[in-house]
Amino acid sequence: MANPLDQFVIKTIVPITVGDVDASFTNSSLFMVIAVAAVTVFLTRTVRDRQLVPGRWQSIAELMYQFVGNMVRDNVGSSGKPYFPFIFSLFMFILMGNLLGMIPYSFTFTSHIAVTLGMALMVFIGTTVVAFAKHGVKFFGFFLPHGTPWYIAPVLVPIEVLSYFTRPVSLSLRLFANLTAGHTLLKVFAGFIFAMGLAGVVPLAASVALTGLEFLLAILQAYVFAVLSCIYLHDALHMH
Amino acid sequence: MPQFDPAVWSPQLVWLAITFVVMYLLMSRVALPRIGHILEERETRIARNLEKAESLKKQADEAVAAYEQRMADARARAQEALRQARDDAAEDAARRHAELSERLSERISAGEARIAEAEREAIASIRDIAIDVAAGAAQKLLGGRVDRKGVTAATDAALGEAG
Repeated sequence: MANPLDQFVIKTIVPITVGDVDASFTNSSLFMVIAVAAVTVFLTRTVRDRQLVPGRWQSIAELMYQFVGNMVRDNVGSSGKPYFPFIFSLFMFILMGNLLGMIPYSFTFTSHIAVTLGMALMVFIGTTVVAFAKHGVKFFGFFLPHGTPWYIAPVLVPIEVLSYFTRPVSLSLRLFANLTAGHTLLKVFAGFIFAMGLAGVVPLAASVALTGLEFLLAILQAYVFAVLSCIYLHDALHMH
Repeated sequence: MPQFDPAVWSPQLVWLAITFVVMYLLMSRVALPRIGHILEERETRIARNLEKAESLKKQADEAVAAYEQRMADARARAQEALRQARDDAAEDAARRHAELSERLSERISAGEARIAEAEREAIASIRDIAIDVAAGAAQKLLGGRVDRKGVTAATDAALGEAG
């Protein structure tokens, strides 16, 4: 039986080194490029006709726009408008990465902690910078909510600081763990199908069911990542 | 797990940065403005059409009101004309009725006058005849001359008794 973790192996396609940094074009990079191209082509081709009454495909593109637009408005407020393109890019990038991963023999770049942590740090650093730019030193008040009795502060402040700094960790781990676990499980069950002979219909049925679940997870995790980014952005702009 | 091999982290982070920046630029510069423009255009189009429909409806309401006003005016004028015509006819009839009755009464009084004249003439001729008859009868009965004046007086007296 093939190792179910083989699907996560990074294979270098074009070795590139810039200075001391390994910047090789790998299978992961390939699928990132495919995801960007697919999203861009989809969103531009479908609205090419600029129909007043949208057709099926144009409706999907408009729906995506309005879905993320509402998400930003509901979770961040009207001041979140300048960050809409960022949240939209983030959502579509993760969504397309997850969905491309559902194609057999493809590579799921969102199943790598390096990628999810990179995106989570991008959100974390970005929101912290926004918070400092907007509130300056008053940002530190975030760790001591208004109306807290002074004697609780020594306990509360470390907890608040800790919870703030675990945000990128939980954000990245959630996506990485969900994708890795799901894809591994799929491979494990798939491996049992031929090994068990006729009784293999049982793991086959499980695989089919899991595939449906994985599609749900692919969409849900992209949504969760985007919503949490919106909430962090809201905290940065409005402080609680 | 291959994910925890630090050797593969740097190429992934480098390409994540490259692809995400490209993604962000493509979304914010190309894809999102296009879709946003379409949605905006649709919204303004719908709003404009609603506005137009409202103004057209107002125009139609005004036209209906003007039509009703003119109908009411015309009806009032017709009523007035009808009343005028009726009054004229009644007046004319009254006038002609008066004229006719005047003419008739004239003719009646003329007729009455002629009848009275004829009566008087008849009475006068009866008296003459009565006097002649009385004088003739008296002459025959008495013979000789009859006093004409006495006969006339006696006849008148008899006529007066009879009349």
